[in-house]
Amino acid sequence: MATTTVARRAGIRFPAWRAEVVVVGAAAVLLSYLTLVPLAMLLLGSVSGGASVLDFQLTLRNFQRVLTDQASLELLANSLLYGAGAATLAFVIGTAVAWAVERTDVPGRSLWYGIALVPIIIPGIVHTIAWLFLLSPEIGWINAPLKAVFGVPLSIYSLPGMIWVEGLHTAPFAFVLMSAALRAMDPSLEEAAAASRANPWSTFRRITLPLLLPAIASVLLILFVRALEGFEVPAIIGLPGRIYVYTSRIYTSLNQYPPNFGLSAAYASVLLAISVVGLVLHNRATRRTERYTTVTGKAYRPRRVALGRYRYIAVAALGLYGAVAIVLPFLVLIYASLVRVYSVPSLDSFSELTLRNYAFIFTDELTRRSFVNSVVLGVLAASVVVALTSVIAWVTLRTRIPGRGLLDFLAFVPITIPGIVLGISLLWVYFTIPIRIYGTIWILLVAYVTRYLPYGIRATTAGLAQLHKELEEAAATAGARWWPTFQRVLLPLLRPTLVGAWVYVFIVSLRELGSSILLASSDNVVLAVRIFDLRDSGNYTTIAALSVILIIMLVALVAILQRVGGRTVREA
Amino acid sequence: MLQVEGLRKTFATDRGGVRAVEDVSFSVEDGRFYTLLGPSGCGKTTTLRCLAGLERPEDGTIKLDDRMLSDPGNFVPTHARDIGMVFQSYAIWPHMTVFENVAFPLRVSEHAPSRDETRRMVAEALALVGLEGLEARPAPQLSGGQQQRLALARALVRKPKLLLLDEPLSNLDAKLRQRMRIELRELQRRLRITTVYVTHDQAEALFLSHRVAVMQNGRIVQEGRPRDLYASPASGFVADFVGDATFLPGEVVEGGVRALGGIVRCTLSEALAPGAKALLVMRPERIVVHGAPAGAANEFVGTLRVAAFLGDHLDCIVDVEGTELRARAHPTAELRREQRVWVELPPEYCLAIPDDGWRPRALTRTFDEDEG
Repeated sequence: MATTTVARRAGIRFPAWRAEVVVVGAAAVLLSYLTLVPLAMLLLGSVSGGASVLDFQLTLRNFQRVLTDQASLELLANSLLYGAGAATLAFVIGTAVAWAVERTDVPGRSLWYGIALVPIIIPGIVHTIAWLFLLSPEIGWINAPLKAVFGVPLSIYSLPGMIWVEGLHTAPFAFVLMSAALRAMDPSLEEAAAASRANPWSTFRRITLPLLLPAIASVLLILFVRALEGFEVPAIIGLPGRIYVYTSRIYTSLNQYPPNFGLSAAYASVLLAISVVGLVLHNRATRRTERYTTVTGKAYRPRRVALGRYRYIAVAALGLYGAVAIVLPFLVLIYASLVRVYSVPSLDSFSELTLRNYAFIFTDELTRRSFVNSVVLGVLAASVVVALTSVIAWVTLRTRIPGRGLLDFLAFVPITIPGIVLGISLLWVYFTIPIRIYGTIWILLVAYVTRYLPYGIRATTAGLAQLHKELEEAAATAGARWWPTFQRVLLPLLRPTLVGAWVYVFIVSLRELGSSILLASSDNVVLAVRIFDLRDSGNYTTIAALSVILIIMLVALVAILQRVGGRTVREA
Repeated sequence: MLQVEGLRKTFATDRGGVRAVEDVSFSVEDGRFYTLLGPSGCGKTTTLRCLAGLERPEDGTIKLDDRMLSDPGNFVPTHARDIGMVFQSYAIWPHMTVFENVAFPLRVSEHAPSRDETRRMVAEALALVGLEGLEARPAPQLSGGQQQRLALARALVRKPKLLLLDEPLSNLDAKLRQRMRIELRELQRRLRITTVYVTHDQAEALFLSHRVAVMQNGRIVQEGRPRDLYASPASGFVADFVGDATFLPGEVVEGGVRALGGIVRCTLSEALAPGAKALLVMRPERIVVHGAPAGAANEFVGTLRVAAFLGDHLDCIVDVEGTELRARAHPTAELRREQRVWVELPPEYCLAIPDDGWRPRALTRTFDEDEG
């Protein structure tokens, strides 16, 4: 009694239940294992000069090479150029569409809104391959007429080609972020400028632009980091074109003979460092954005610019964007999936349409296995991520357990780890420690869970934060214990959030390539890796068929989600 | 009977511990309406949450009838306490209908009543608050006032021994708030349910309560019947919080206090002896402004600074010897700004209390008092 009184006076608060401490401790250990151990192993690996992972010899040779030799500097320049180019392109497209939809009176806004979002569903690897079909120098749809007229084709196998494909693919992401920024802006700020007799141009220059600047910076930075982290375009376009960036260099230094583990780890560390710096800057810019905009947190009725005659030009431009981003890629994939050998369409090719490619997919053992593996992994990863992050979110928001902030932080760390960097880190971990899961789907499960923890924690924290704490307290004062409160109040209210997070993680797991490419082999092959391998063996028409099926599946899934999610939201 | 003894609660923050509740003791007789009144951050809500078991006090005891709810070695969790609570946000569960919301406390109880019995009890509770016939309505489709009634029905359906109300009226608009105030008072008087009410609105507290405790910095600084608190505040803080007042510091002399360039005859509180420092408390509605000398005792000459028409009276600010007094004049009085006026301070309504150094936050006080 006496000692507890002393402790209370000193302001120490002992957790009420031991169970809490156990739960938080277990979560902290699990999260550290998932996020910190791979990073530690990666750094250790990057200073090892041994021929294999187990043969550790301390050396700085890898870093010396990565930071000083000519090829490495070219690699750095290429990577930065590629990231900056793709980010800028995505930003320009996304912002233009966002501005048209949010701030002008262009006709058919909801249609354009949908068109701007749909490409998000298309997996990067599928998008990239569709553009191979469109812009390949020999057989690309777009290049055939160009060659006929100008004599020279556009080559996709170039840095501008890579920037084009990646930029086009991330434009919807830029659209989402910029339209949110535009929507969060209080129009009365601009109206006050107008009332102070500023003309539209100086209103834009002196009010709108400075207010949007932090948002613009934060969006550009996140686009840059995402472009650098991506593996699809650098691998599928960059490797044949012999244009290397960090992600593809990490891959080749592992895939050469003998594989250079230390060097790839050093490249991965550099990429990780760039990514961390980019995201730290992004966070700063975002915090500034929030300071500017979330004064009330309400959505404003925006001021719309009357386009007048220009609205037809705007509609034409948006239509062209829809054609380029959705219609053309999808058409070319359907066409390619129905022919024996891919070529520029002609009367001959249309007379020989076949379902052979689809038949192959359903009979090919490896493809079938990759499909099963991906679905199983998607279900497992989504379930684990949602379960784990909802516990963490609850602990962070609803308890005062010491160390809860650390849990939140640990769950967020993987946002900085590019997929391929995680892949190589996990190689190091599971070659070193005696847990034999390399070559099974379990190592992929570890990778996916780690990669998508940040998405899960973001979604569940946001969802739970929206639920007033008093809703749970009211259940307690009504006589409900913990479990009935959880089951009958918290869970039903949180269901839309949890379903949304689950489906999101399921979808991104289904198409994950960056870490899978290093961790998957024949037994634990997954869809994206299977597509990658089929391309290596030149089976483009089969890939097209597989892509079409994948897209249809994902679109169906999202449609179902919107039905289900929409209903749950209406119910609430 | 609810008995609270020596309650203490500290919150850990980034800047160290904050003492939210500091040695709070009070008791509420059965069937009584008891209000904790105070500005934001005074510890009233924390005290209420300790009663509900939503916070665990470090020290002190809470006893409801013969049952110990909380003492340093033992703590009855919220769900095991025989209470009903209405939250400031109402905390209506949006995924349930009106019926399901009210039935919830019955359904989760260990001796859940039969379906028919549940239906009957829910209907009874809804009838109490005037929501009959809305059983099937989804809860989010109710208006703010209806949600408030629903929250009350949900708190009452189990017929708890203790009803806890956390600023339940603060989210309603002014008209509705007045009506709900009356209904709440009538309901409590009729059901005779022991009630603890938390508010920062002194008018609510005076209107509703049998007894009021004024809290400041985690402590109860004065407790009593509403009329006693109003007539005999123990400190400037209480006088200021319970009703409007003008405060004048001055030295106690025989028969009054030296202030306003003369001697103000007044009622002295017991602790005051000549020579002591005192604070004069004067309610504006008792101070009368005249356009000409009336020859009353305690009359002072001043300059009229503000005279605003408020329907049943003129709200005045009068400058007497450099001190601004709030006062009232008859609504038909013809007064001009900056004219000479005579202010009458009836000695029986001028109260001198010991000066503890507290000063009011000027006349703009009401702007800062919006409770978060």
